[in-house]
Amino acid sequence: MNKHASTGLGAARISGGVATDQKHDSARKHVTGGAVYIDDMPEPAGTLHACLGLSTVAHGTIRSIDLSAVRAASGVVDVITGEDVPGENDISPSGKHDEPVLATGKVEFHGQPIFAVVARTREEARRACRLARIDYDELPALLDIDGLDPGGDRLVTAPLTLQRGDATAAITAAPRHVAGQMRVGGQDHFYLEGHIAMAVPGEDMDVTVFSSTQHPSEVQHMVAHALGVPSHAVTIEVRRMGGGFGGKETQANQFGAVAAIAAKRLGRAVKIRPDRDDDMVATGKRHDFLIDYEVGFDDEGNILGVDFTYGARCGFSSDLSGPVTDRALFHCDNAYFYPAVKARSAPYYTNTVSNTAFRGFGGPQGMMGAERIVDEVAFALGKDPLEIRKRNFYGRNGDEGRDVTPYHQTVEDNVVHRIVEELEASADYKRRRREIEAFNANSGIVKRGIALTPVKFGISFTATHFNQAGALVHVYTDGSVHLNHGGTEMGQGLYVKVAQVVAEEFQIDLDRVKITATTTGKVPNTSATAASSGSDLNGMAARNAARQIKDRLCDFAARKYGLPKDQIKFLPNRVRVGNQEIPFAELIREAYMARVQLSAAGFYKTPKIHWDRDRGAGRPFYYFAYGASCSEVSIDTLTGEYMVERSDILHETGRSLNRAIDLGQIEGGFVQGMGWLTTEELVWDEKGRLRTHAPSTYKIPLASDRPKIFNVALADWAEAHEPTIHRSKAVGEPPFMLAMSVFHALSDAVASVADHRICPRLDAPATPERVLMAVERLRGETGK
Amino acid sequence: MARRELRFLLNDEQVALSDIRPDETLLDYLRLTRSLRGTKEGCAEGDCGACTVLVGRLVDGELVYESVNACIRFLGSLDACHVVTVEHLKGSDDALHPVQQAMVDFHGSQCGFCTPGFVMSLYALWMRAPNPSDEAIEKALQGNLCRCTGYEAIMRAARAVSSYGDAGKDALATERSAVAARLAELRDGARVEIGTGKDRLIVPATIDDFAEVLEREPGATIVAGSTDVGLWVTKFMREISPAVFIGGIEELRSMSEKDGIITIGAGVSYSEAHRLLRARIPSLGPLIDRIGGEQVRNMGTIGGNIANGSPIGDTPPPLIVLGATLTLRKGAARRTIALEDFFIDYGKQDRAAGEFIEAVHVPVPDAGTHFSAYKVTKRRDEDITAALGAFSVSVGADGKVAFARIAYGGMAATPKRARAVEAALVGRPWEIATIEAAMEAYRTDFTPISDMRASAEYRMLAAKNLLKRFYLDTTGTTTPITVKRFEAV
Repeated sequence: MNKHASTGLGAARISGGVATDQKHDSARKHVTGGAVYIDDMPEPAGTLHACLGLSTVAHGTIRSIDLSAVRAASGVVDVITGEDVPGENDISPSGKHDEPVLATGKVEFHGQPIFAVVARTREEARRACRLARIDYDELPALLDIDGLDPGGDRLVTAPLTLQRGDATAAITAAPRHVAGQMRVGGQDHFYLEGHIAMAVPGEDMDVTVFSSTQHPSEVQHMVAHALGVPSHAVTIEVRRMGGGFGGKETQANQFGAVAAIAAKRLGRAVKIRPDRDDDMVATGKRHDFLIDYEVGFDDEGNILGVDFTYGARCGFSSDLSGPVTDRALFHCDNAYFYPAVKARSAPYYTNTVSNTAFRGFGGPQGMMGAERIVDEVAFALGKDPLEIRKRNFYGRNGDEGRDVTPYHQTVEDNVVHRIVEELEASADYKRRRREIEAFNANSGIVKRGIALTPVKFGISFTATHFNQAGALVHVYTDGSVHLNHGGTEMGQGLYVKVAQVVAEEFQIDLDRVKITATTTGKVPNTSATAASSGSDLNGMAARNAARQIKDRLCDFAARKYGLPKDQIKFLPNRVRVGNQEIPFAELIREAYMARVQLSAAGFYKTPKIHWDRDRGAGRPFYYFAYGASCSEVSIDTLTGEYMVERSDILHETGRSLNRAIDLGQIEGGFVQGMGWLTTEELVWDEKGRLRTHAPSTYKIPLASDRPKIFNVALADWAEAHEPTIHRSKAVGEPPFMLAMSVFHALSDAVASVADHRICPRLDAPATPERVLMAVERLRGETGK
Repeated sequence: MARRELRFLLNDEQVALSDIRPDETLLDYLRLTRSLRGTKEGCAEGDCGACTVLVGRLVDGELVYESVNACIRFLGSLDACHVVTVEHLKGSDDALHPVQQAMVDFHGSQCGFCTPGFVMSLYALWMRAPNPSDEAIEKALQGNLCRCTGYEAIMRAARAVSSYGDAGKDALATERSAVAARLAELRDGARVEIGTGKDRLIVPATIDDFAEVLEREPGATIVAGSTDVGLWVTKFMREISPAVFIGGIEELRSMSEKDGIITIGAGVSYSEAHRLLRARIPSLGPLIDRIGGEQVRNMGTIGGNIANGSPIGDTPPPLIVLGATLTLRKGAARRTIALEDFFIDYGKQDRAAGEFIEAVHVPVPDAGTHFSAYKVTKRRDEDITAALGAFSVSVGADGKVAFARIAYGGMAATPKRARAVEAALVGRPWEIATIEAAMEAYRTDFTPISDMRASAEYRMLAAKNLLKRFYLDTTGTTTPITVKRFEAV
């Protein structure tokens, strides 16, 4: 537990309430190595270890499987194939039954799990795995989406179209128009703790699985289906993950299912922890996109009409590709008003690993399309892209006619104008742009660039029913509180934020609230901790539980002391009852003696939201989160190498529950986003093999890649427009997209070699190679 | 008489192991055998740093602690060393160590999985440099990946550590002489031999002992820093028995300079080589800083970088253009060859069975010679070379190129000279027109491949442009010719 100075009975404020900077609840354990991740838990006696055998072709039918050498290998206890799955051999989260636990008959991507070896040690399991002999009849593999047709080629799920006005007519009628295509790469999550599950068999049908998952309820349901048992037989528990970022939203199902199947077959605990390479090869990533766009605009730079097709490489199964590509469309506007718009998604089937959730969930890719068309307009007119951005923002609140999104939701909480104005001033954008121009005029090799980009991100699961949450709060007779909720802790500080909410509600010090591991046995049918919704939903549910108990305590105290309820007030660590103050713990003891229930299950569902996918209209988002960033870079035009010289961020998180935690989310999200758009490049070869499957080949940012000067500020004037938990706003995903300013600063630096007359049309990630090649292309086109 | 057990200190405890495999990693030993689970596995290839621990060893009688990757460090390399894990930072009371307290107070952890590794890297830095510059912090953290924080909070913590405590009063400082004495005691001058049949490891006591062992066991796997061999085990599950661990042989770790020639023992680590080379051949300093992360540089050796024959090793191209030679030894017999001739083809080097590299000899370029080496990578630090160019050129009084030696890594199956390019330079004026003309010659010298690091086209273009950068570097232009994170001090 964190050490909080206990505030005693006379204090004016509790220690650790909302809107205070609290440390991560596990910070002390993190730094001492005492924080227990699943691989650190003591294993039950006789624990076995599983390893997955993966497909070595991208697409084919399995002609024969010879696992005799695997079975005979040292230490091997069992080998499991798809035929051995006792229930349904499926872990598809979309309900489309398109993703087996273990492939049978055919394989659809290189790295698809076909069998599992269970051995005494992990090393023996790994060694045995390599002895399998599997023959395939190879089939043509569809690896890339370039050239695919949304109308003709196979999709993994139904596409979406958003439409408002007549985009084609608007573009045709516009004085100017530009069309183009942009490639936006995928991203591996590279959570430092890879996937892991440990299943411990219980009596009857029961099994408990410790799973590194953002979605315990889904793992529970998938394990139950795979075992062919009711969900009540399966308990999933997770205290913490070593990072998730969306990579453990559905991808933990596989490991949970394999561990549970093996554990029930063998009656022994089974742990599965793929090594980094297998984790990267066999689990899904951020979708890469190919965005076709056309934009019509006038000579001032007003966007008049846009047409987008967002093609996504989804991989072999639907997984979350439907909602991911939907969210890309929901963000094809970023912060811009389109008078006429048509945007359609094309979630393509490919013979690659099934892509999945990743921080932003398609939103970042959607916004990249928006920012590209802004760039096109700016270059076509010879104007600063920032001018085009500001010109096309959604109207200020109340500015009717410029406040409706492509999905027909009215933007009611727009603060992008103020954020961008303030950031433009604090980052000294205008002066620096002039200085950069002067620098570039004199510098032959090194060129600088600057860009300021906004973010408007919709908050809520777009599947309305996911926007619910539960919590369980117990108050023990000593006045200490046990808190549990459906949200999972992956480092984002959710647990401490929700604990702050409960401490605030009861007016007790934070160290009186015990944060406990997320488990399906305490709070059922939870949604994934995703969509930035963790504190919004679980904070509300926990507050609801605490309020139920408080109400009972008020009733009890009013009854006992013969006072009206409004004479009962919760003060820091005490309760005022009429003219006397009773320590909180004392009141609890009295309530217990009077047989008052001191436990409550809390619940919350987000109000106001609705979404009609067939019509492409509704209010999918409860509110929007806003921010902006300004970045300056230097590029070396001999090698394409670059550096981020400075980034300034202004971001709003409403009335923050915990600014320290929010600041960490913003800084971390930004750098992670930078990685996505700069050095993180996923490379598959012609055989469909992922060639970047470990940190030696897949390059996430280092400390020396972060902006050399990094100024991050929270908009302290911000307050949630809607009655969210203590008027705070979600912070998990929105900052990720602030990194677009780095990408556009690189583009700006590249553009300088052609006097900003040609749009560099950089693809992402903008590796040094892409930067250099863009410089070469621009120089070629201008004859310089 | 060979000793049949390996002995080292683990935190406060002396360990003696007589039943270990040659491929047993320190990380597995800590986590599985000792249940010391504060040290994490993130990648098992020395790239993420979640497994960072400190290893203390005696260097010329002085006890030196360095950060290393436990995931690719074999137990066999730890004889007479002091292994310090995150668990050792726990003081007698409940107080946190200054590094830990700073990390807590500045919100340096989010998911926490990488955190023990960061703590250990920062601990090593703090002992060495209690008030480090940002440049020093970033360098110390090149081998530690964090996916959550964006590093800013960790940087704040790193700058503040000394305000939480005095590095001179730290346990590892106050107990230094006592630990040094214990390690000296463990160093009994005996060869260590453990295991039989398929599972054998040998730790020779001296260089002569090593020569003898290798002559007897020509098929043995030589393990120095294990930054490459470690991956043979963790990634490819290759058998390495019998493994001969040479990291502790002092004669292989010596460096000296005589008559303008620096002699580097094959077992000298990148970090150790950096100290001398940076002073004598300054442009090698920044290059070595970009090899691996700090942990890898503390383990990996110059000899290993040469011996494994990789086309993307970072030291061969510059050493080739400097005219380095190798001493190879087999038993008592020694021979000397030009480094350039060592690399025959992909995976094939001029090293006989039972032979080993003893030392590399590097002539210091004379004052009139321009020398530089540049590495191009996707990510600036801790990345493997896409293309690396090394250049040594001298220009005569007539303004014409008198001597040119150029070599590249990443452009061919071996580190390779650019002879056609050299020929296009020699005898011509050292001016941009000559450079641009020489660029045509690259086609003769190189046909690079496309892979996950770079396309052939990019490799070729960047390689040519490095020649231009080198030229500009020699002419002292006033505008910058490359992006620099920190100005040279």
